[in-house]
Amino acid sequence: MESVLGRYRNLIILVGVLFLQVLGLATQVKRGGATSNVESTRLIRVWAVGAITPFERALVWGQNSADTLWHNYFYLRGVRAENRQLKDQIEQMRLDQVRLSEDAAQARRLQTLVAFKEQFISRTVAAQVIGSSGSDLSRTIYIDKGENAGIQRDMAVMTADGIVGKVLIVYPSVSQVLLISDQSSGVGALLEKTRLQGVLRGTANGEVVLERVMSDEQVPVGETLLTSGGDQIFPKGLPIGTVTQVSNGKDLFLNIKIKPAANLSKLEEVLVLVEKQERQATADDGVRVRAVDILAQRLPSVPDKPPTATPAVGANPSAPNNLVDPAVKPAGKPAIKPETKPAAKSASATADGSAGKPAQTPAASTGAGPASDPSQAPSAPPASIQPSAHESSPQ
Amino acid sequence: MPITYTSNEQVEVYRFSIPVTIGIPLLALFVQAFLPLRFPRFAVYIDLPLLVTIFFAMARRSPIAGLFTGAAIGLAQDMLGHNPIGIYGIANTVVGYGASSLGVKLDVENAGARFLVTLGFYLVHSAVYFTIAHGMVNMTQTWSWSRGILAGLANAVLGVALFFLLDKFKQRT
Repeated sequence: MESVLGRYRNLIILVGVLFLQVLGLATQVKRGGATSNVESTRLIRVWAVGAITPFERALVWGQNSADTLWHNYFYLRGVRAENRQLKDQIEQMRLDQVRLSEDAAQARRLQTLVAFKEQFISRTVAAQVIGSSGSDLSRTIYIDKGENAGIQRDMAVMTADGIVGKVLIVYPSVSQVLLISDQSSGVGALLEKTRLQGVLRGTANGEVVLERVMSDEQVPVGETLLTSGGDQIFPKGLPIGTVTQVSNGKDLFLNIKIKPAANLSKLEEVLVLVEKQERQATADDGVRVRAVDILAQRLPSVPDKPPTATPAVGANPSAPNNLVDPAVKPAGKPAIKPETKPAAKSASATADGSAGKPAQTPAASTGAGPASDPSQAPSAPPASIQPSAHESSPQ
Repeated sequence: MPITYTSNEQVEVYRFSIPVTIGIPLLALFVQAFLPLRFPRFAVYIDLPLLVTIFFAMARRSPIAGLFTGAAIGLAQDMLGHNPIGIYGIANTVVGYGASSLGVKLDVENAGARFLVTLGFYLVHSAVYFTIAHGMVNMTQTWSWSRGILAGLANAVLGVALFFLLDKFKQRT
């Protein structure tokens, strides 16, 4: 017997070690679910994570410092041109923003009518990606923020481009994030135009697919996919990606491949959604800025007159210089309205992008400042509405 | 390709210092976890912890040391992912045992032998992993010969270079 044990000692030990591991694996599988597996072995995982992540963190820090040094101090070529380009872009975006805020305000008013409850992202924590699982069968990343930064399990992780995944395990100063491309991941999704709902899943080879869309539906390639909010992790309306391929799948469902909006293979910084609020939709009754008002800032005008020098309009309405413009708005409102004929035409023309030299506003041309209107007397309009001459040259 | 069959007396057995025994596998795990952030395909084709397992197992030429080395490295690899712990553990244990058993019988000091051994054990590792992941953990897996062989070749080429580098840390017993 001893000779047999001695002869097959290596093999017996091999079988013993394998048996123990199979037993441990079976226990984890029986507990079921990726999350419970991870939780039941959390203590053991802490060792590996604790041994590896400090080095990763240090390396990422060193790399970022070198990048910062290079980009902020040495490599400044083209910054001036880029700055000019960005300023132009900001102007354009401000105009777009005005239009969109009008739409949003209208939507909020409608939501108020139906007592709609909406979710808001109220606080996010920025985190650096410091590592991965190192295996293509476990698509997870490690970020350099953990419990100490207020991160908890199942929080949404995203970039400015779109969603990335959810927090799976939280350690004191590190967290593991399950990417949406992992096969155990699932996200409630909604197609932007067709409003079809489905479940976003990862596949074994790292692709992202939309499941549970019936095959009799029409899904155009290129359509944007958003979060539906049904998973209680991601707020509704965050971008996920675009449809790249649609084909018939199994069991009467379409096979829809998605290209994630966020570049999951090259993540550097992410945002963790640590706080979201749900509140009743409210209509915004505040002062709205219009596109024409923004354009008006760029038009030339005369500087403000000192308030003391302005005659009281109400006291002497027949004064010859008291040219009260009926279109001048009350205090707090911009001094120029689209109805004001000459300016409106020129402003509209500029907004449309058509050629035309912007004309002076009536207020500017007549020299009637805001103080000439009784309703505006106590307060001057916002400085931004009457820029100084050198700031307002048409571009 | 000179793979020579040798007697036990002819085979040299090596040992490693404790810092190397602990540091090299940790470094392999670190690189394996870090490089995919910069080179996304790295994790698909290269398995550094497996290469380190094969190297230590073949150098020590002790099946028991080999299987425990494989188990330790594999389990550590499992811990960095989110899948149940033990899949890489089992696969690397088998590879560690096999590589050290082979190291006892064959002279695996030359590049050709190392290339073939690494290619073979990569495929063994993939097969064991696939079997466990598919059969026991119920993970959705698709076996691809082309991908397996391509990754095996990539690992074998890298393994030959890596093993010559790691040879510097060998100490004769």
